[in-house]
Amino acid sequence: MKSEKSRYIMPDAEDVKQEILQKYPAKVAKKRAKSMVVNDPEAGQEIQANVRTIPGIITQRGCTYAGCKGVVLGPTRDIINLVHGPIGCSFYAWLTRRNQTKPPTEQSENFMTYCFSTDMQDSNIVFGGELKLKEAIREAYAIFKPKAIGVFSTCPVGLIGDDVHAVSKEMQEELGIKIFGFSCEGYKGVSQSAGHHIANNQIFKHLVGLDDEVKGGKFRINLLGEYNIGGDAFELERIFDEVGISLVSTFSGNSSIDQFTNAHTADLSAVMCHRSINYIAEMLEKKYGVPWIKVNFIGAEATAKSLRKIADYFGDTELTAKVEAVIAKEMPEVNAIKDVVKKRSEGKIAMMFVGGSRAHHYQELFNEIGMSTVSAGYEFAHRDDYEGRHVLPGIKVDADSRNIEELEVQKEDEKYRADLVAKKTKLSESGYRFSDYDGMMPEMKKGSLVIDDISHWETEKLIEYYKPDIFCAGIKEKYVVQKHGIPLKQLHSYDYGGPYAGFKGAINFYKDIDMQLNSKVWKMIKAPWENEPELVGSVAYAEY
Amino acid sequence: METSKYIKKKEQAFTSTRNACKQCSPLGSSLAFKGIKNCIPLIHGSQGCSTYIRRYMISHFREPIDIASSNFSENSTVFGGAQNFNISVDNLIKQYNPEVIAISSTCLSETIGEDVKKMISEYKAVNKGKILPELIFASTPSYAGSHVDGYHEAVFETIKSLSENKESNDIINLFPGILSPEDLRLLKEVFLYYNQSYIMFPDYSDTLDNPSWDEYKKISDGGTSVEALKRTGSSKASIEFGYVFNSSAQTSRIKTQVAYQTAAKYLNEKFEIPTYSTGFPIGIKESDAFFNLLNAITGKETPEKYLLERGRLVDSYIDGHKYLSGKKAFVYGDEDLIIGIISFLSEIGIKTVLCATGGESKILQSALENVLGDRFNSEMIIGSGMDFESMGAHMETYQPDIMIGSSKGVYLSKRHDIPLVRVGFPIHDRIGSQRVKHILYEGTQELFDKITNALLEKRQDDSEIGYQYM
Repeated sequence: MKSEKSRYIMPDAEDVKQEILQKYPAKVAKKRAKSMVVNDPEAGQEIQANVRTIPGIITQRGCTYAGCKGVVLGPTRDIINLVHGPIGCSFYAWLTRRNQTKPPTEQSENFMTYCFSTDMQDSNIVFGGELKLKEAIREAYAIFKPKAIGVFSTCPVGLIGDDVHAVSKEMQEELGIKIFGFSCEGYKGVSQSAGHHIANNQIFKHLVGLDDEVKGGKFRINLLGEYNIGGDAFELERIFDEVGISLVSTFSGNSSIDQFTNAHTADLSAVMCHRSINYIAEMLEKKYGVPWIKVNFIGAEATAKSLRKIADYFGDTELTAKVEAVIAKEMPEVNAIKDVVKKRSEGKIAMMFVGGSRAHHYQELFNEIGMSTVSAGYEFAHRDDYEGRHVLPGIKVDADSRNIEELEVQKEDEKYRADLVAKKTKLSESGYRFSDYDGMMPEMKKGSLVIDDISHWETEKLIEYYKPDIFCAGIKEKYVVQKHGIPLKQLHSYDYGGPYAGFKGAINFYKDIDMQLNSKVWKMIKAPWENEPELVGSVAYAEY
Repeated sequence: METSKYIKKKEQAFTSTRNACKQCSPLGSSLAFKGIKNCIPLIHGSQGCSTYIRRYMISHFREPIDIASSNFSENSTVFGGAQNFNISVDNLIKQYNPEVIAISSTCLSETIGEDVKKMISEYKAVNKGKILPELIFASTPSYAGSHVDGYHEAVFETIKSLSENKESNDIINLFPGILSPEDLRLLKEVFLYYNQSYIMFPDYSDTLDNPSWDEYKKISDGGTSVEALKRTGSSKASIEFGYVFNSSAQTSRIKTQVAYQTAAKYLNEKFEIPTYSTGFPIGIKESDAFFNLLNAITGKETPEKYLLERGRLVDSYIDGHKYLSGKKAFVYGDEDLIIGIISFLSEIGIKTVLCATGGESKILQSALENVLGDRFNSEMIIGSGMDFESMGAHMETYQPDIMIGSSKGVYLSKRHDIPLVRVGFPIHDRIGSQRVKHILYEGTQELFDKITNALLEKRQDDSEIGYQYM
């Protein structure tokens, strides 16, 4: 049974684009035109991305602090994240991303349910907040005795000149634990992306490489850019466990800082969210020789493909056999559910505007149930996430990006893994692809509309023209889209569902999308008398 | 009064705030601004502030909430945000065609000393001759006070910039404080039953609790209109709910305001409109006070509907007494809200052993003493400027039977296995936050039932026998 949508004629993306631009003032239209591309996967098109949002246009984007504290450091359970600033910043990042964690024992530390803040008052703004910060660090240590404390700067901190790095250093000497700062003031950079970079830098500088002990396991990898939203990491850990792959570290879903310190001992880094974590992947390779590959565990097929890619890297027959066995074991259940859902979802259309990789990865899941993505874009990604890493050398560094420190990383001879470098060279020769990401656009259909940092106005127009069956974004967009009568799937927090990664996750996703697509509620919006022919109404009025 | 144990976070020797019991002031001002008709709030600062505040309000109200930002860059922090301000106002006018653009500042713009009032007048000068929306500004640095202070600042500034004294009229102004959309609807209904014209501000009863739509609306329907706001200067009386209002900001603000004021007090000073202050009408006593006040101002009698509701509420107090008497409560949240709730609890025999707020008005205790009179529990711990961890430290000692406050108390509730009845803001782990009733006989009835049933449920769950009749 085909859905009615397959009979629906798709609007021409170029027309939609022009229609949207028409309403903008000339200057804005010129700028926005570069961020909207009618896709041609063969053409090697350029899209404008990672540029500042125009003031007064309501954006999906958050701030640098959000990317640093909320995204990258948020999911690590045993570091105290102390926010230096007025109360709002810490309060609003208080486990709001819904990343989960599973401490190994009941006694193990988990500070994620806490929201630590120096709660700066006006006197701190006038006279400086360093003393208060020191006191707060001492307190946090006295109460919790944590292994590490991260100190996050918010907007006013940068302005009044509190030096979080100097304070952290002083406190580290005084207390004898790892304490380091993040200059992640909200006004830096153009979006949370700058915060990812800052977090990557500081984690790499202060933690990675501290613990050289090679812990157990035959096939040892790092999983980068996985944040355990809705328990994704638990599903992936289950799969890795079954196939016999050992996770040395995850950046940073269900993670502990001990994993970070040990990450350089892995044999491979597998990168999921390229945008938020590619810096660490690159630095691990440069300094320690650990190569990285791009993977994707969103979608059952994608999961199978990524597992095979990892197995191919190790080139071990036993591992390959195990991977195949697990795939063979998992797929029947996945396919059974998929087939049921597909009957109702095939031919329907989706749109997604989210993240720095999710708008790409989730297209896989929709493909699996026969749905196509007609328009997509990222919230905070860069050109390489759209067009592929080959464009990296040509990306112009603007003033906003120049503010973010680019760490100078040197090869560390003693710990450098020449064996892995040799392995990489050999595998590369046979066509195995390292350090590469093709981006979203080459994988999207010709004629689909790619839009970076979509605005409210553009969202409304897209909905009007395409009438998608489902729209994917975050909570800020959820009710806007649903007031249009179209279901919205939250791909930041999964609508508090999940996991969606791996095999079990794919099943959850199919079911959740089925539920949303086939809800009867939208038909109830109009009361029956609102649909009655006009004649009836006029007759009724005529009686008065 | 030295009897009660008045504590402050500071006196407990804690510098850091662990699990705060307050949000920042631009959130409060944005909430108030959402109660203006055809208005788009704008936050002058980094885009993160508007994103985070939207995100937080949306998870509570489950509605579209557009709040614009002037998107500061590092450059703007050095050279000032005037250009960003102008571009954002331009863009908002083009996109939304609003009647009001209501601007809040942030810690960022306040720290660098942005003069938003001057920017507004310059914008008006440059665009002379054009029809512009009203531009209202509230100074809300988040390092001074909390969301409550931001809310009152916004209400005050809106009234100050719009109210006019024209022909006097028979209207009553009502400034309700931070309540749920459902509460605001209950209040509007009161005036209907009294057949009394009124202006309630802010009125986000529709803007933050919309029906489903046939067609998308850029700005949600509802809210207090500019025209009505102008008329507040000619009304015959103002009623304001609260005892504490924004006095926290007053005590902490270095940048001295001319005088700490509420909107009603401003109208009183400026246009000699009589002001009547009463607490949040929660429980019999405080609701009675509100109806008494209305009767006195209007010369009318309490409508039958409310007499019946009051009667049913008292009747339920009698029915529930055996479950409630002697129970101990822990109440936390905005100061004026918890004063109302504690007053109500004292009517039904529940002893509040611990009350806590993130606010720091310094007048919470005296307000409680005044409202409660001889029902004031001198052994109650009153925590000002508190966070949840500091509160938790007292729970061991005082062993409350029930917690009443926002979703943020859930960790303490789980840790101590104590039922939590969710009130106030934010509630993001239950559905229906917009519809939580707190006030008047009807809202008190709902609270009463929730509290009693939470205690009964706990008793039933804990019982090995499994009582069917409770």
